[in-house]
Amino acid sequence: MIRHEDCVALVYHEARLLDEQRFDAWYELYTEDALYWMPLTRGQPDGLTHTSLMYEDKLLLKVRIERLKSPHSFSQHPRSHCQHVLQHPAVESVDHDGLTVVVRTPFFYMESQLDDSIVLAGVTWHHLVSEKGALRIRMKKIELVNCDAALPSIQLFL
Amino acid sequence: MGKYTENPLAVDALVREDQVHRDVYLSPEIFELEMQRLWRTTWIYVGHDSQVPAPGDFYTTTLATQPVIMLRGDDHVVRVLMNRCAHKGAKLLSGQQGRCEANLLRCPYHGWTFRLDGSIRSIPQKGGYEGTAFASSNAARGVVRIENVRNYRGFVFARLSDVGPSFEEYFGESLSSIDNMVDRAPEGRLEIAGGVLRYLHDCNWKMFIENLNDTMHPMVAHESAAGTAKKLWANEPADAPKPMAIEQFLPFVNGYSFFDEMGVKLWENGHSYSGVKFSIHSKYSSEGEYEKLMEQAYGAERARAILGEVRHNTVYYPSLTIKGAIQAIRVARPIAHDKTVIESFTFRLVGAPERLLERTVLYTRLINAPTSVVGHDDRHCYRAIQEGLATDGNEWVSLHRNHAISERDGMAGTYNGLSEVSMRGQFRAWARFMKPHASTGEHS
Repeated sequence: MIRHEDCVALVYHEARLLDEQRFDAWYELYTEDALYWMPLTRGQPDGLTHTSLMYEDKLLLKVRIERLKSPHSFSQHPRSHCQHVLQHPAVESVDHDGLTVVVRTPFFYMESQLDDSIVLAGVTWHHLVSEKGALRIRMKKIELVNCDAALPSIQLFL
Repeated sequence: MGKYTENPLAVDALVREDQVHRDVYLSPEIFELEMQRLWRTTWIYVGHDSQVPAPGDFYTTTLATQPVIMLRGDDHVVRVLMNRCAHKGAKLLSGQQGRCEANLLRCPYHGWTFRLDGSIRSIPQKGGYEGTAFASSNAARGVVRIENVRNYRGFVFARLSDVGPSFEEYFGESLSSIDNMVDRAPEGRLEIAGGVLRYLHDCNWKMFIENLNDTMHPMVAHESAAGTAKKLWANEPADAPKPMAIEQFLPFVNGYSFFDEMGVKLWENGHSYSGVKFSIHSKYSSEGEYEKLMEQAYGAERARAILGEVRHNTVYYPSLTIKGAIQAIRVARPIAHDKTVIESFTFRLVGAPERLLERTVLYTRLINAPTSVVGHDDRHCYRAIQEGLATDGNEWVSLHRNHAISERDGMAGTYNGLSEVSMRGQFRAWARFMKPHASTGEHS
């Protein structure tokens, strides 16, 4: 059985790794078949036949974090920085065999790059599973409140 | 009244055969003139008719910064109206799309109602206008309707000005790129599907449009994105099946010779496409079931010809760029001299397997989204130009690559892919349509 307090701790831990840009450690929190999804519309049923802001498997996430290490990532001159501010995560549901826990976390997120900054807000849904004795993220779905706005670049991870 | 508005020679002097002055990007006055001249006398993309499938359906957008409504009338004709109440000027519709209640446009302020062709249906307490000159006023004519609208195989264009080239004269053979995209549907028609990405750019609209056939930048600007994908994939065994995302990323870092050999084709009036012989879309895995459906619909030979045409970006100057080979379009909506929204739409090929829609949805997300690692570097470079051009010491932007004197006799033709000829062609059209007589209607 997955302990709820471990789920809450993982959600906080994940946000901290992102804010501290410890991307390799962050990447390891995800299962091999994980999905990172930021839909483009409210109530979007899927990410295959409808465009999303992000709908990425581990390979695409890896492309992002390796790119961020490249000195030739010109859009990262200067570097972007981000800060998550999370409402206390709440366990929303546990599936019948107790192996997947869904956690709901409202958030504010700021991403800044020198004089530019954007503030985004929304709700994150983590689908957590226990894998080889450790808690892992199988899906992270980020529902932006302003998903349909004309947005500037969002360069880091919500 | 500024440096350029009353001085056509000064505007003309901004464009040379092989260089343009920085003011074409930096001057708010030039931007205003572009919206009054170039963007009024040419044909601007409004939307796709599948966005308004039934009578009373509407879609709102802007043309040359002016809010407009595209809607389908009771007679099924798609029309374009200015989004302005005939009375005090309120926008009639503020949502992006939907259905007009009772097939009428009703102003949210004083409740004037208009038919779907823009004519007045009712005004509350109409007696108050008796004995006034209302009947002969502009208001009595109803919502302003744009008369020059053309629905070409679902793609709706409008020309705001009464003067200017006809649709056929303006686009000519460049319409073959739209034809190819539509012909790729087994049923010969497209439907908008998969939502719209709206990416805010802090740059002049022309930087985006020029970039579409700029084949010298991918291997530099996109090295960090596509090059990283290539490096990561290199660790996989040679026979590992390539994910679609990898197939789509890798060609961005092809070498100069690839992009040179693929060629660029120009038509008059600023239209062009790159990928004459082949393109970055040529080597996608084949889609067996789809190809069979195409053969059934068109016969083997014609199906092969349609699918063998894999153009990269076609620019329908100045507002629309399309990718026929993967059914994605990008639309430039200028807001100010240094602010532009780029909207990306995707299409379903009617009669094709949904996997084709999945392919275009993936591509447009990877390349055109505000979250795209490819888009990030493009946008960064546009802004760098916008800021860099403000420096003194060199006021000119070089477009010399492969310039030839023979271009004076006409720009139409096929050129080597790395040439900057598509940008020279755009600016030749720009200079022509920025002449004041072309837009005012005073001289035709």
